[in-house]
Amino acid sequence: MFSGLMLNTWIAASVVAVVAGIAGFFAVLRGQTFAAHAIPNGAFAGAAGASLLGINVIWGLLVFAVGGALGIGLLGGEGRGRNARHDVVTALALVVMLGLGALFVSLGNQYAEETYADLFGEVFGVSRGEVLPIVVLGVVAALAIGIAFRPLMLTSAVPEVAEARGISTRRVDLYFLIVMALATSMTVPIVGALLMFSLMIGPAAAARSVTARPGTAMALSVVIALATVWLSIALSYQTNWPLGFFVGVIGAVFYLIGLAARTVAAPRPAVR
Amino acid sequence: MHYLFAPGLFSSGPVRTALLVGAVVAVTSGVIGVFTVLRGQSFAGHSLADIATTGGSGAFLVGVNQFWGFLVAGVAAATVMEAIGVQRRRGRDVATGVVLGGALGLAALFLYLGTLRTATTGASFTVLFGSIFAINPDTVPALIASGAVALLVVAALARVLLLTSVSPDLARARGVNVRLVGILYLAALAVSVSLASVAIGAVLSTALLIGPSATALRLTKSPARAMAASALVGLVVTWVGIVLAYDSYYWPPHGHTWPVSFFVVVLVLACYLLSNLRPRRRQVPRLAEGAMAKTAVVSRPQPASIPRGDDPPHPPDVRAGARTTPSPPQGSVGEAHV
Repeated sequence: MFSGLMLNTWIAASVVAVVAGIAGFFAVLRGQTFAAHAIPNGAFAGAAGASLLGINVIWGLLVFAVGGALGIGLLGGEGRGRNARHDVVTALALVVMLGLGALFVSLGNQYAEETYADLFGEVFGVSRGEVLPIVVLGVVAALAIGIAFRPLMLTSAVPEVAEARGISTRRVDLYFLIVMALATSMTVPIVGALLMFSLMIGPAAAARSVTARPGTAMALSVVIALATVWLSIALSYQTNWPLGFFVGVIGAVFYLIGLAARTVAAPRPAVR
Repeated sequence: MHYLFAPGLFSSGPVRTALLVGAVVAVTSGVIGVFTVLRGQSFAGHSLADIATTGGSGAFLVGVNQFWGFLVAGVAAATVMEAIGVQRRRGRDVATGVVLGGALGLAALFLYLGTLRTATTGASFTVLFGSIFAINPDTVPALIASGAVALLVVAALARVLLLTSVSPDLARARGVNVRLVGILYLAALAVSVSLASVAIGAVLSTALLIGPSATALRLTKSPARAMAASALVGLVVTWVGIVLAYDSYYWPPHGHTWPVSFFVVVLVLACYLLSNLRPRRRQVPRLAEGAMAKTAVVSRPQPASIPRGDDPPHPPDVRAGARTTPSPPQGSVGEAHV
């Protein structure tokens, strides 16, 4: 379970989990859950396109993820009704990328197993060559979030104050979307497009339901993400069931535990 | 003519089925989509489609017709989402996301077990991207019936739905059970989305749900007209997509059909972008007149018509259904809890 090839898996998955935990925290805080779903999902199309052209999958992922982020950020606009327009634009960006993905897959005569791996992850085939770019991209994404920590926090928590201080919510939005795209493009081949999203949202939402302090919540989010991934790998290794199944379900379970813990700890009157 | 409509287009059985089912899906999604966009529930709409995938793969595993799997999973997920979802927008998104994540995990498992059993490798592709040319004609009546049911539910709820979409507080003050309305609406949405999932695939049914209605809401503010326009746009887009996909057999690479979903999606995007070009006029949205007149009595914190920046002075919440009322900062992380 910890032999040569599996070691690559453990390293890559841990890096993915740390980055997903950090990026997910902000995604949940900023209410960009949908974008967190759309970008990895759409990036899958890039993987299909890259294998159609015969180039390294990671380039296709990168182009589609960043392209999707730019599309969402730039078309989303700002001002009144921004949230809903954001939703619509996110949905459209996602759908367009997936449409292209369908085209690439159908033109490429690709084996269905490969599509399946792009969507649901193929963690047990990580080669040493693949580990390095993942680690590099992971560090870059984490640094990018660290540098912009304060503006990110401020625009997420009190956008009015941020605007008053001259921080453009829109620009920070775009920045964060691009960082998320970077984080995503490295993870899709590992955990899969559909489940990168679970890894970002489940742990972060669980952490946020337990504590309101940003630092603690972020650390907790990373810890839960790591626990989810490690548990999933071990279980998947034992049962041979797809990793994505365990990541998705364990993430949801952590969220439910978080909800339950909050209800027990502080029963608040239901504000409707 | 020969180039536009490839020979044998209208005499082919699967194509006729595709055109019929496409029309049903487009009209249902178009009408319901208007509310989805107004209520800012695009994410829920998309998630229901994805979750329906789980049902689809489950049905594939058990060996039942996929349509029933789509339907059951969709309606169940809609209920769960509304049940655990906090009523605030952000909380709702997170609840949606977590339900979606769990469901996708299950989908992965079902597909995996399914391929183990039957060694049919194309299953994941079929479930996700659909195959409008491979619809079993026997399911067509069921498809039409469930589309009609969804439409009826939404038609019966139309007034209340509009009110709860535009101003939930006002609706509550008038004694409307906002939560019940929300569940009923999400159930109708789930039915329509499952329908679309069968036709153009779970993932891409979002395109027909959001694209035409967002386009229509750009063009008109009257909800009735928006629904009509949205259904029309959806219909045209779907039919053109089907015809193009049929024609594409003669395009390079030779002897290979391009997917319908690709054409539909590109057309939908084009419609939306074109509708953005239309200059926005300074007009009071008709949708708003009734509702906002009453809302004014309930005293909004700000006068509704202060122009902000270059935004035209239309009353808030209407174009988008966004609840933009700033929440008071509490704790150190904005909204303290999800």
